[in-house]
Amino acid sequence: MPILEAKDLTYTYSIGSPFEKTAVDHISLQIEQGEFVGIIGHTGSGKSTLMQMLNGLLKPTSGKILLDGNDIWAKKADRRQVRFQVGLVFQYPEYQLFEETVYRDIAFGPKNMGLSESEIDQRVRETAAAVGLREELLEKAPYALSGGQKRRVAIAGVMAMEPRVLILDEPTAGLDPKGREKILDQLARYHKRTGCTILLVSHSMEDVARYASKLLVLNRAKIMCYDTPSKVFAQSDALAQTGLALPQITRVFAALREKGICFSEEVYTVKFGAALLEDALKGGAFKC
Amino acid sequence: MEPLIKIENVRFAYPNEDEPEQVTEVLKGISLEFRRGELIAVLGHNGSGKSTLAKLLNAVLLPTEGSVLVDGMSTQKEELLFDIRQRVGMVFQNPDNQIVATIVEEDVAFALENMGVPQPEMRERVDEALKAVHMYEYRHHAPHQLSGGQKQRVAIAGIIAMRPDCIVLDEPTAMLDPHGRSEVLRTIKRLNREYGITVILITHEMDEAAQCRRVVVMDHGSVKMDDTPQNVFAQVAEMKQIGLDVPQVTELVDLLRQKGYDLDPHIISEEDCVAAIYDLFEKRRANGADS
Repeated sequence: MPILEAKDLTYTYSIGSPFEKTAVDHISLQIEQGEFVGIIGHTGSGKSTLMQMLNGLLKPTSGKILLDGNDIWAKKADRRQVRFQVGLVFQYPEYQLFEETVYRDIAFGPKNMGLSESEIDQRVRETAAAVGLREELLEKAPYALSGGQKRRVAIAGVMAMEPRVLILDEPTAGLDPKGREKILDQLARYHKRTGCTILLVSHSMEDVARYASKLLVLNRAKIMCYDTPSKVFAQSDALAQTGLALPQITRVFAALREKGICFSEEVYTVKFGAALLEDALKGGAFKC
Repeated sequence: MEPLIKIENVRFAYPNEDEPEQVTEVLKGISLEFRRGELIAVLGHNGSGKSTLAKLLNAVLLPTEGSVLVDGMSTQKEELLFDIRQRVGMVFQNPDNQIVATIVEEDVAFALENMGVPQPEMRERVDEALKAVHMYEYRHHAPHQLSGGQKQRVAIAGIIAMRPDCIVLDEPTAMLDPHGRSEVLRTIKRLNREYGITVILITHEMDEAAQCRRVVVMDHGSVKMDDTPQNVFAQVAEMKQIGLDVPQVTELVDLLRQKGYDLDPHIISEEDCVAAIYDLFEKRRANGADS
């Protein structure tokens, strides 16, 4: 059974007003336990709305969301419990820090779950370490931290609830290359260690391509494709037509294909591309 | 010709929060010259001092030591502040923090009203600025109805309307999606090319820097490199060590070079990369025919 399932999910904003807009249009989707799903789509494709429905923050206009097979909007469903199990990190989450110290901010979620002091302490220290925050920062005020550090505090705050599904809406937006890689590496490690399910929303195909085991591409409120990265990138022309920015390396290999140099596999990371080229130049096979 | 902006041995430091007798040095003595009509990218990781550098260029911050001259005017002279800010305009990262009016054209007119520009001329300059960023059709819109990229272009129009010699943009695309990003970059490049405006673009995006003619790399408060993008990105190992990236095509070429393939390390564009790799295959084919 999938851990999370969307059944014919629709969300329409401002129904009946001139601004009525369907942001998610009859989407059905199954997410398996332990999957690392990258979610891409241009602005307005419905990514954020879909994510906010998956943890019960927005109530669908129609359709169902099942967590472990149970409808989260069923009459007796405990949505508070759903949100502990499906954790959501918003865009620019550093604006939401509000406690006096970093420690207390990360502890806020676990505290609300009713955990014991010692358990809370353990979780705060563990997650702070997992996102690369040094011990001495825990007693600092959040505003004294750098942008990248604040972002990590906010992520740790959600991780500390140990949700079984962790959703992150553009966690690397606005960071420098090193900061981006750090956060993504830490997420990948956390994913490996805990075996949790991760949904990562990103504008950067380069980033999701490197980490995700599956990609969900949204276009105009619908699913365009939901598959392994190599199968998704195999439709690179269609992706480009919807206005998505393909990784530069993918575009290079598309151009080579047009000139008659083709490979059987899709290329979306530089290392893989270099290995393929090296092999072909040594006399290996490449064929159109 | 006299450079438009001349930075001489500039240091910038602020007192340490916990121990006020100690200072944190953000810029450690840098010297740079920006000439009229240049299109310059400034790269550097967070905390490298690049935003501080930007704010020194139109006297938002003043150097602790050294001097910044704009068109020969020192930013330290308070009576010249008005003239300096009119010559060097700034655009920041978050479009929502820079828009003050409720109608696009009123926002663009804001600075002109402060400058006391007479009505007919103001009308003319606002229209011209909005046309320059391709936002003229949106002049009667409310800013909140616009996309991030459109808002950022309105912010740029507000600067253009002052007819500055130079625009400094501090990560103007960091909060935008890929579409908004290319919109803003195209606008910046056009303003540089068609209007001759000097552009200093502070960015984290290597592909944006690759489209400029000069790249300044900052690291720990010093200028680490100052060269063409081709020469800067060819130093793949150094760039990665600083915590910066290079375009994917440059990285690909670098990996192949490490395996002994004869490729130009200065490749930074897709077209050049595709052509160079195609040549390798052509050569292989020719050699294959010989043996």
